[in-house]
Amino acid sequence: MSSEAIGSATKPRDALAHVNAASWGKGLNILARITRMNFRHPWQVTFAIGSTIIAATLQLSIPQLLGRAVDQAQSVFAGGAAGAVAEQALWTSALLLLAVSTLRGLFTMSQNYFAEAVGHHIGYELRLACYEKIQRLSFSFHDQVHSGDLITIGMLDLEGVRMYFSTGLVRAVLLFMLIGIGAYLLLSTDLVLGLLALSFVPFVAWRSSVTQLTLRATWLDLQERLSVLSRVMEENLGGIRVVRAFASQAYEMLKFDRASKNALDLAHERVNIRVRNTSAMTFSFFFSMGLVLLFGGRKVMAGEISVGTLATFLTFMTILQMPVRQIGLMVNSFARASTCGSRLFGLLDMEVAIKDAPDAKPLEIENGTLRFEDVSFAYPMAAERPILRNVSFEARKGETIGIVGPPGSGKSTIAHLIPRFYDVTGGRITLDGQDIRDVTLGSLRKAVAVVQQDAFLFTTTIENNIAYGDPWAHEQRIERASGYAQLHNYVLGLPAGYKTVVGERGVSLSGGQRQRLTIARTMMLRPSVIIFDDSTAAIDAATEQRIRSAMRQFAKDRVTIIIAHRLSSLMHADQILFVENGEIVERGTHEDLLAKGGRYKALYDLQVRPGDEVLNEYGEAG
Amino acid sequence: MAQGHAGELEAERNDVRDDGRRPPRAVVGSHRIEEEMFGRAFDKNIVKRIWAFVKPYRAKVYVAVAAVLIFTATQLVIPLIIRYAIDHGMALGGIDLLPLFIACGAFLLAILINYAASYTQETVVGKVAENVLFDIRRAMFGHLQRVSLSFMDKTEVGRLMSRLQGDVNSMQEFLETCVLSVGDIALLFGIVVVMLWLDFRLGLLTLSVLPVLFIVRLFWLPRARNAFMAAHETNSVANGALAEAIHGVRAVQSMDRQQVNFVLYDDKAHANLKTHLTAARYAQVMVPIVDTLTGIAMAVVIVVGGSMVVNASLDIGVMVAFLFYIQRFFDPIRSLTLQYSVMQRAMASGKRLTDVLDVKVDVQDKPDAKVLSPDMDGSVEFKDVTFGYNPKHPVLKNVSFRVNPGETVALVGPTGSGKSSAMALVHRFYDVQQGQVLVGGHDVRDLTQESLGRQIAMVLQEPFLFTGTVFENIRYHMTDATREQVIEAAKAVGAHDFIMTLAGGYDAMLEERGGNLSLGQRQLISFARALVADAKILVLDEATANIDSYTEMLIQKALVKLLEGRTGLVIAHRLATIRGADRIIVLQNGQLIETGNHDQLMARGGLYSKLYNLNYASFDDIPEEELQASAQSGSTT
Ligand SMILES: Nc1ncnc2c1ncn2[C@@H]1O[C@H](COP(=O)(O)OP(=O)(O)OP(=O)(O)O)[C@@H](O)[C@H]1O
Ligand SMILES: Nc1ncnc2c1ncn2[C@@H]1O[C@H](COP(=O)(O)OP(=O)(O)OP(=O)(O)O)[C@@H](O)[C@H]1O
Ligand SMILES: [Mg+2]
Ligand SMILES: [Mg+2]
Repeated sequence: MSSEAIGSATKPRDALAHVNAASWGKGLNILARITRMNFRHPWQVTFAIGSTIIAATLQLSIPQLLGRAVDQAQSVFAGGAAGAVAEQALWTSALLLLAVSTLRGLFTMSQNYFAEAVGHHIGYELRLACYEKIQRLSFSFHDQVHSGDLITIGMLDLEGVRMYFSTGLVRAVLLFMLIGIGAYLLLSTDLVLGLLALSFVPFVAWRSSVTQLTLRATWLDLQERLSVLSRVMEENLGGIRVVRAFASQAYEMLKFDRASKNALDLAHERVNIRVRNTSAMTFSFFFSMGLVLLFGGRKVMAGEISVGTLATFLTFMTILQMPVRQIGLMVNSFARASTCGSRLFGLLDMEVAIKDAPDAKPLEIENGTLRFEDVSFAYPMAAERPILRNVSFEARKGETIGIVGPPGSGKSTIAHLIPRFYDVTGGRITLDGQDIRDVTLGSLRKAVAVVQQDAFLFTTTIENNIAYGDPWAHEQRIERASGYAQLHNYVLGLPAGYKTVVGERGVSLSGGQRQRLTIARTMMLRPSVIIFDDSTAAIDAATEQRIRSAMRQFAKDRVTIIIAHRLSSLMHADQILFVENGEIVERGTHEDLLAKGGRYKALYDLQVRPGDEVLNEYGEAG
Repeated sequence: MAQGHAGELEAERNDVRDDGRRPPRAVVGSHRIEEEMFGRAFDKNIVKRIWAFVKPYRAKVYVAVAAVLIFTATQLVIPLIIRYAIDHGMALGGIDLLPLFIACGAFLLAILINYAASYTQETVVGKVAENVLFDIRRAMFGHLQRVSLSFMDKTEVGRLMSRLQGDVNSMQEFLETCVLSVGDIALLFGIVVVMLWLDFRLGLLTLSVLPVLFIVRLFWLPRARNAFMAAHETNSVANGALAEAIHGVRAVQSMDRQQVNFVLYDDKAHANLKTHLTAARYAQVMVPIVDTLTGIAMAVVIVVGGSMVVNASLDIGVMVAFLFYIQRFFDPIRSLTLQYSVMQRAMASGKRLTDVLDVKVDVQDKPDAKVLSPDMDGSVEFKDVTFGYNPKHPVLKNVSFRVNPGETVALVGPTGSGKSSAMALVHRFYDVQQGQVLVGGHDVRDLTQESLGRQIAMVLQEPFLFTGTVFENIRYHMTDATREQVIEAAKAVGAHDFIMTLAGGYDAMLEERGGNLSLGQRQLISFARALVADAKILVLDEATANIDSYTEMLIQKALVKLLEGRTGLVIAHRLATIRGADRIIVLQNGQLIETGNHDQLMARGGLYSKLYNLNYASFDDIPEEELQASAQSGSTT
């Protein structure tokens, strides 16, 4: 259940509590859950439903009043009673009608307003819950779920659940009142005419429900096709440089057209379904009206009913027309709420794989010693494929560990395990003897900072990006961090300086500038373990040297892990690990490893000794 | 632009909460405020632009308008028929059924026509609107394929996506609304005319409530519109923040920003709640007003009409018809005001769409552009090239060099010195401000971009993979490439082995942007993609930066054969990568400062030799002074 994940968060305005309290039991059906959430706002719900009942009653009395007035006018006309009495009767009817209309208006307003208010409050609570959950769900979840799908849940599905109260529940009450009481009144006035007047109801109700359900099903399908389309567009725009570099615009248009046509065909089909239905419904409605006119007319002629009664019938029918059609919308709203709800709650109830243990304590750092003890790991989505096997090493405060190895050997994975982006599947990782799974996640992540290989920059100013992990930081500290990362001079050269907006994946920065920004952002934290995951690959050696020398001070009281392919980045490390296929195959200092003459030495030779002889030497060997 | 941001930033600073919980520098969601939500209800230019998209379907639109008018007419006629039936066919004790039958026959006819008209109108409008929507989207998407990269650099993908989705959808809404409005206006006029025709005095009296409604609406509209606008805006702000949280979730978690972001997001969500409640209040306040006015109109008919009936100056049927009309009468007014704001919103959307459609295509084929033939020699030449993303700040200054056919030339230099930019120019992602870039002896501006692109394959500094299988990613647009070719390319870059370990091998699905691969693996795949493209010129921008030297060496060996006779342009910071290059060009601050082969440059003792030495110098080899100097240069204030 979601509660423990959310439990540790601040709970602004107590909104989350409502969501949580309503999220009991998976077996209970979703509509009940949404309904329960709605009833967490008892006053508003009561007002909404109370107003609905009153408004419906008032509305139903309008045709009666109208019919009475017509009768009054006609009976006076026909019977020739005294003018003054007739006038008075008309005045009474008119004023009554006015009062009823006004009151109906007021209660409808209150009905709509409170129904919307409940919906918006639910929407607010769900938004927060969603945001909270998405922020907390671990990397393995985000690896598997396309961001577009999450956005759909957080926007469209949430809407569906939010609208349930006003378009589903309240409307159900309204329709029940109008149709039920309306039918009763009609039938009790004149059975035959009543039956005729209501003859369209079952047909329309059935048609409209069936249609809406069909539309609903095709809606999901359409959503699916549209999301394919938007993925095509989004990836095209995000990877526009690749598209341009390969001059593959024509190919991309083809992809677009295919996805687009797919969606358009279905959209057309939906128009057909919808129109066929609405036209038929209107027709059947008018048809029963014609029947009422025909038979009612004969009854009037036969003196069985008055013209006023006929007018009442006809007015009733116009009043009933809308609600009957809306039965379909109501059914749709229920269907929508349950599909959307199942996805939304599926997300909210998702187990957070990585969370605080029940008795987690804050991490206490004294010496700041990091230990890997026989760590094994496989990514949850490919559990059969071990990525790390029996990795062990130790690093003390002030020490630097260098990690090298071929692509895909598991270096970044090692970096991801320390802040618990993923949990180890075997062995353990400790910081000062405390298993990182036994301490609170917040304290651990404060103590471990990673400069990620593939960094995400936020669309905001350079300043805000640097201060992302410490938004309270003083300007000077930001500038200092940026100075360490050798970014300061560059930023000063920009027209807007630190207020320059960068964004997305930082396209308008060069590769090295982006990496330096990421380094600066990490330097703002005060971690005990800092990991540079291949974060100087796009930086030239001279600049890197400067960064390293600036960091000398910084590195003194923490553990530094450097993952790099350029050996000059890590040859000064206290211990170098050569990782291959998830195993440490060589370890030692630079000198040890050179003396050993293994894999590491080969790398070194390739990088340092220019000339073809090395190429040939190793080329043959490899 | 910068001005605006700075202003906003100040505003945020002042918003620090008393309890100090609000961090001064933190924001969630995009920094920029969404553009104008509502435009003028009618903007001729925009309508003209939109009309251009509707034009292909204009015959259908005319049919739809005709159908909507017919539909309205039948709606008007029905109460008249009822009136006729009441007045002529229902005499008490009457025996002549003919008038009633006539009335019912007419009624049947009317509803059949009504059925046909509504069917036609809705189908035609629905489909045309969908078609137009897709057409506009296609036009925009197509245009975005051509606009210059400098526009794409500045514009967030999310923003463009909201153009391609939200704004396009509101165009669809607009078209449907337009046709409906025609019907509504016709209905309104029709009702007025019929009422006045039925009984001029009573009609006039009943209609006297209209001005009241108009005046009320006049006061209501601007306020309501602001409220709706605010609701709309807070909604997109909150959604933007959510999208950011989704895309940036890894960065958020690794910097432990969840709590702060949550508090900030709560503000946005709460603002959203508040504005929506206000908007709901504005929307609903009209309900009792309209209902009261309806009540008044009905009361007038009852009192005045009733007494007219009593005086025998009005048929009872007319009175019933009046009561019918009154109930229908406010509907078009209500929907017209709604449609008014739809139109305004559509105009604003239309404006944003035309803005995108009007983005100038700076980099465009000349009318007489030549096709670069695949047999060209593959030489690349920069002649006095000066280029800047912002012309005032050139990032390349007077750069000249030539790469002979079949040569491999390396570009090196400090970060930000303009290497990637120079490569972008070879491909004509941007146009130079001065000088010339020649490929195969032709100025790139004289060639078609398509043919130029076919002859240049690039491995970009940042690998980008598409959702899909490994195979599709490597093959990319070369749809006629065989599986063997793909596998061969993968083997050449050393990707074959790891691909085979993936569940499904070449048919393994890659997650979003290849997230289930390591960065180096992604780079290898994008490298393989460039090989499959089979171009004369290969540009490798840090193609092996995230790959170890040993693997790199294997790739280099494998490439020797593949690249025979091709021209190579290589960028690398790890200088060992480029040791095989025929020539090395050293850039600094956008200027070409050295050129020559490795030995010549080492002998010169310039920047290259310094960089090269640093490349394998250990940390402690650097003289202390230099460290001091560099620490200072990094943090001068
Ligand atoms: N799309 C862009 N829009 C505006 N400015 C840009 C853009 N791309 C790069 N720049 C700027 O142009 C300059 C040169 O960038 P370029 O990417 O060519 O550098 P580089 O030599 O490739 O550096 P690196 O080694 O770090 O990748 C930098 O100052 C960068 O900020
Ligand atoms: N999120 C993921 N889900 C599943 N498998 C993954 C995921 N991330 C990485 N892998 C796989 O795990 C292995 C190790 O990846 P890792 O990112 O640790 O490599 P690396 O050593 O950092 O490589 P590089 O030098 O290319 O960055 C690779 O085979 C990769 O395909
Ligand atoms: Mg990695
Ligand atoms: Mg670059």
